[in-house]
Amino acid sequence: MIEIKEIRKSYGKLEVLKGFDFSLSKGKITAVLGPNGSGKTTLIKSILGLVIPSDGEILINGRLIKNDWLYRNKIGYLPQIARFPDNLKVREILRLIEEVRNEKGDYDDLIDQFDLKDFLNKKLRLLSGGTRQKVNIVLTFMFDCPLYILDEPTAGLDPIALIRLKELILRKREEGMTFLITTHIMSLVEELADELIFLLEGQIYFKGTFDQMLKAQKEENLERAIANILEKENEEDSEI
Amino acid sequence: MRKILKYSFFDLIRSRWSIVYFLFYFISGMILLYLSNDVSKAIVSLMNITFILTPLIGTIFGIMNYYNSREFIELLLAQPLQRKKLFMGLYLGISLSLSLSLILGMGLPFIFYGIAFSGAIKSLLTLLLSGVFLTFIFTALSFYIALINENRLKGFGMAILFWLFMVFIYDGIFLLLLLFLQSYPIEKFAIILSLLNPVDLSRILIMLELDVSALMGYTGAVFNRFFGTGAGMLISISALLSWTIIPVFLIIRKSDRKDF
Repeated sequence: MIEIKEIRKSYGKLEVLKGFDFSLSKGKITAVLGPNGSGKTTLIKSILGLVIPSDGEILINGRLIKNDWLYRNKIGYLPQIARFPDNLKVREILRLIEEVRNEKGDYDDLIDQFDLKDFLNKKLRLLSGGTRQKVNIVLTFMFDCPLYILDEPTAGLDPIALIRLKELILRKREEGMTFLITTHIMSLVEELADELIFLLEGQIYFKGTFDQMLKAQKEENLERAIANILEKENEEDSEI
Repeated sequence: MRKILKYSFFDLIRSRWSIVYFLFYFISGMILLYLSNDVSKAIVSLMNITFILTPLIGTIFGIMNYYNSREFIELLLAQPLQRKKLFMGLYLGISLSLSLSLILGMGLPFIFYGIAFSGAIKSLLTLLLSGVFLTFIFTALSFYIALINENRLKGFGMAILFWLFMVFIYDGIFLLLLLFLQSYPIEKFAIILSLLNPVDLSRILIMLELDVSALMGYTGAVFNRFFGTGAGMLISISALLSWTIIPVFLIIRKSDRKDF
């Protein structure tokens, strides 16, 4: 599905991604974890083509994505912050994205599930942050994409919407879709993820399943395991 | 590009500010026309307002719109869409909606006053043309400034400084230069200097059209003498066109290489 080879990215002197490889397997949910500034967002944005890597290759279904833009119709992207043009209505933003993708979106069920029916003719600036995030979810999932990239998908969602989102993700996985998710919420990772990638200072520190992670850190839950890694890292830094 | 343009245009035209902007021109136009009862005078007064306001509004809308839709731009960038088309759509959406407010706001009072079929229609059209040019130019420049500055405060400051420079400071420096160099033949130099400022160019364009030599100022007169009215207008229009095309080209180039 996705193959990443020796990817590097620097902003001036700051090296954010320091050259690593990985590939995502089809039909799995992979969670990218790591402290702030570890390169998660840059990695995601490189796959989406928002950031142009300084070096390395990204292949999607065996094709290089460099200088290509059409490959993005295979990706559904849920950004972290949901902000839309102030004066457009929810219905209009749905139509805009449909037109941009040249594809009819299948959103009637999603509108029901996320309780957005009453908001369809409201202007986006009048919606609350959580409701806007729900609109964002509909925009992402109204197309069938082989790959979904979700950046902190749960930000601002109420418990019901959160449950619906998890169900939606699991259902899509059953259908064989691949997921790449970043989040700081460990319970979400425990519930959903098949594989973990732990980034630290632009490198992959750990890649494997959830159980492997716990075993490697000799801990019983993910939060402790990650805290363990970070503390170890801090000690090493202070020794230097 | 057309899809993005359509939505960006409808988003902006419905905003309160577009309506305020329209009303401002409409009310000023009505007052000036009915109080002075002289179309040429009203056009000159409107020109003085237009040449300060259209660059300012273009600058502010261009920069605010980019920074405000930063997250939405990221969402669109993640869609199967070429960057060039996305940014051209956004830029044209802003420029066209501002131009529409300007054309309706300034045109309607003149239609009510009844000059639609008189000779002054040409002067009005020239004024509208230069207003539209200034809108497109300053929106493009501020959009470009926003693209190269991630820091909003810095970008905003830079754009406003640029506006201030082009609208006020440039003329002051120009005048000082003319004063110091008055014993030299500086006509060509003066022409080059005015080609380098879109606001001056628009002013010359209107003065040539109105043919009021008293108001032409030094550069207007030089332009008139050097090129005559016809060629002078042609030259200033082509210079204004390059002032529009170059920033648009810069936007396309920058957006193609930028990390979002």
